[in-house]
Amino acid sequence: MNTLSVRVWRGGAAAAGGGFVSYEVPRIPAQTVLDVVTHIQRRIDSTLAYRFACRVGMCGSCAMTVNGRARWTCRTHVQTVAGDGALEIAPLANLPVIRDLVTDMREFFDKWARAKGQFVPTGTRRDDFAPIAPASRERRAVDAAIECIGCAVCYSSCDVVGWNRAYLGPAALNRAWTLVNDSRDGAHNERLAAVAGDAGCHACHTHQSCTDRCPKQLAPTAAIAGLKRATAYAAMTGAIA
Amino acid sequence: MSSARRQSLLWLAQRASAAVLAICVVVHLATMIVAVRGGLTAAEILGRTRGSVLWAAFYGVFVLGVAMHAPIGLRAIVAEMRGSHSRGIDMAMLAFAAVLLALGLRAVAAVTTGRAS
Repeated sequence: MNTLSVRVWRGGAAAAGGGFVSYEVPRIPAQTVLDVVTHIQRRIDSTLAYRFACRVGMCGSCAMTVNGRARWTCRTHVQTVAGDGALEIAPLANLPVIRDLVTDMREFFDKWARAKGQFVPTGTRRDDFAPIAPASRERRAVDAAIECIGCAVCYSSCDVVGWNRAYLGPAALNRAWTLVNDSRDGAHNERLAAVAGDAGCHACHTHQSCTDRCPKQLAPTAAIAGLKRATAYAAMTGAIA
Repeated sequence: MSSARRQSLLWLAQRASAAVLAICVVVHLATMIVAVRGGLTAAEILGRTRGSVLWAAFYGVFVLGVAMHAPIGLRAIVAEMRGSHSRGIDMAMLAFAAVLLALGLRAVAAVTTGRAS
């Protein structure tokens, strides 16, 4: 039978004794990397820990490092990444490993909160709908960034996150950018102050790994560039004290 | 001034100085190539620059751009290598900017007025 040689990360972080373990998995047509991981867990070693939910690229929970690159495993066909029949599957980089392929996502989502990623309404339920022109510059900027599902592929691919642990990262900054362009939001200045500085948009080196690897084809690099312009304007006008 | 505001204004200053330097570098390189290919001697070049308000203004702006641009970039590099920003880095970069400004303006004075100090 045609088989795949699969190396899967087992255990905790490398410093805690984690490392790769090899498995042989039958190769089948239209097989995804998630299918491979599931085969190992169901048929070879039931102690393998990994996350998934929807299996169709909607939830973002199955992101892992596949042959050195962060990907959604449910939407990655084996034939596109393992032409030579070899696969290496590891947990997402830049996040603490809990066990096997499962990472601790708290830091990632805490940074969304630190970037003030929550919508702060200015209206009440008694107000009419806020008119937002679909063709307006702000609405188009929101449209370009709003489809993020928080899979952390960008965060895992970002070099700056790797060397600056305080850096908010592409996803949190991308989220902040959608709110900066939301005319209904009432915390623009606080948010701009939160995303400026050494841990915010000014730390970005424009390597564009986030944009290159986003499975939703979003461009966090463009969002971060927008935040740099917005924070500069806010600093000049005194909106950031 | 908050760190967020300072960083935002420094970013703006670096981008603005980069735009100025982009023009200055092109003009400077083109001038050098024309001067060298034209066979001008050092004395002939100095004859054109001395007393010229235009060249003094151009290279004065060039030096200002460098003194603004380089320390801001170096500040970010040093802070990233150390892992954090500090008041000491800011002071060191201000001193670096002052040195660049002093040396640059001294050179501009030398080629436009003939006085090197």
